[in-house]
Amino acid sequence: MSEAYTPQELMVAVASREISDGDLVFVGMRLPILAYAVARNAHAPSARGLFEVGLMRDQPAAGFLGTMGDPPNVAGALWATRMSNAMALMAQGHVDLGFIGGAEVDRFGNLNTSYVGDPAKPKVKLPGSGGGADIAILSRRWVTLMNHERRRLVEKVSFVTSPGYGDGTSGWRELHGLLGGGPAAIITTLCVLRFPEQGGEAFLASVHPGHTVDEVRAETGWDLTVADDVDETAPPTGSELAAIRRFDPDGFWTRSGFRPAGANEA
Amino acid sequence: MAEAITRFVPDGSTVAMGTSLEPLIPFAAGHEMIRQQRRDLELIGPISDALFDQLIGAGCVRRVTAAWVGNVSEGLGHCYRRASEQDLPRALEVHDHSNFSISLALWAAAWNVPNLPTRTLLGSDIVNTNPNLSVGFGVVNVGAVRPDVAVIHVQRADAMGRAHAWGPLGISEEAGLAADKVIVTCEELVDVDVTLSDPNRILFPETKVVAVVHEPGGAHPSPVQGHFKRDHGFYREYAEQSRTVEGFAAWLTTSSRCRIALPI
Repeated sequence: MSEAYTPQELMVAVASREISDGDLVFVGMRLPILAYAVARNAHAPSARGLFEVGLMRDQPAAGFLGTMGDPPNVAGALWATRMSNAMALMAQGHVDLGFIGGAEVDRFGNLNTSYVGDPAKPKVKLPGSGGGADIAILSRRWVTLMNHERRRLVEKVSFVTSPGYGDGTSGWRELHGLLGGGPAAIITTLCVLRFPEQGGEAFLASVHPGHTVDEVRAETGWDLTVADDVDETAPPTGSELAAIRRFDPDGFWTRSGFRPAGANEA
Repeated sequence: MAEAITRFVPDGSTVAMGTSLEPLIPFAAGHEMIRQQRRDLELIGPISDALFDQLIGAGCVRRVTAAWVGNVSEGLGHCYRRASEQDLPRALEVHDHSNFSISLALWAAAWNVPNLPTRTLLGSDIVNTNPNLSVGFGVVNVGAVRPDVAVIHVQRADAMGRAHAWGPLGISEEAGLAADKVIVTCEELVDVDVTLSDPNRILFPETKVVAVVHEPGGAHPSPVQGHFKRDHGFYREYAEQSRTVEGFAAWLTTSSRCRIALPI
């Protein structure tokens, strides 16, 4: 019998498994900060983190982080610099993995964090790109985390802030000159969606324990393809949970309501 | 502070602030703009953690040119939403950027060229809504953004305007170089021999600096490396209070630096 955990703790554990040893990770905000810390402490001891504020680190910060610019993230950094220097590394293809928060995502992995409705007179004005568009276009692969709701996983986003695979046609990213490889996974509160190797449309890869394929399909705004080998998401291990709770001791990100994932999340 | 804002940030100014992203945000200077009821400002920044939201809510802002406006640990900017969605307290124009592209827009102004090419924003709808961005020959051309004034909070500065900051610098250097004028606010006012002992650390040329304001705590609630941490509780309470027009108005009247009553 595994230990009880929150949906956010599971998302952090799943996100941490996306980080390979040796990766340069464009970390972003919120849950990915914890995912980076978990990975560093387990299977990716030589990963490095890059933060758009202008920081590179190896060891996760020793203290709680409310933002990537908090003093514990600066103490012990490998490099404190200007943002354009961090962006330079990503523009050269040196960032192996980026994390982006999304308010809305569509079947081709395009993210909207700008406007719901007409940009000239929006129904909802979301905060904007932050570094999200930069990560989506320039990192080698990226992952987004979000609350799984039908209004968030939509057939087509009303505004593409951070492009995934565009209109889903083969070679869309190459055609438009996007350098990086595009989205690899959407980690939600219910499941993990993945994309084919060559890009295109998201499919259901695994369902979190306690949830069902039918429930995921009902909460998804398009006719979701389910992988033949759809699996149950592996729950967080004891050591993953211990690491999460060490870096989020008061449960600010993982145990006090849903603070979704990413600086540009809404 | 009052004199610096009165003299160098008149109504209608384009103002870069919060250029180090979450740290070193010049809240005291922004709140002085609110107290003096500045109007028709254009705010320029990368992400803005609460300060732009406050100026927008107080009716000071005509246009935002930025990558992100909200509350980093709590989410949405409620005043930003009301201004964009309902024209409250007034209509707001938004020129969207990404963090990379706003940096390039300022470097373009710093180098006095009309635009700089980049591969970021290819495939993003941001290029369709921001008139200063255009796509051609496989790149996005980012038009120069030249602030009238950049307001930069730092750990220490001397009276001649040589500013030392440490920690991540965000887009502070290009904002200072691009701006016609720089207002420095600082935790510590130090002797010239301190700043000149480490000239590599000086953020921008003293020829740009028109005012140095000694304002300890002037970045609160944002963090200042070596001085104080981010006041997370402030951001949480502000997110709650600013959820309604009335709540935001109450926040303005009780905020120790703003203390103005907003006509609702």
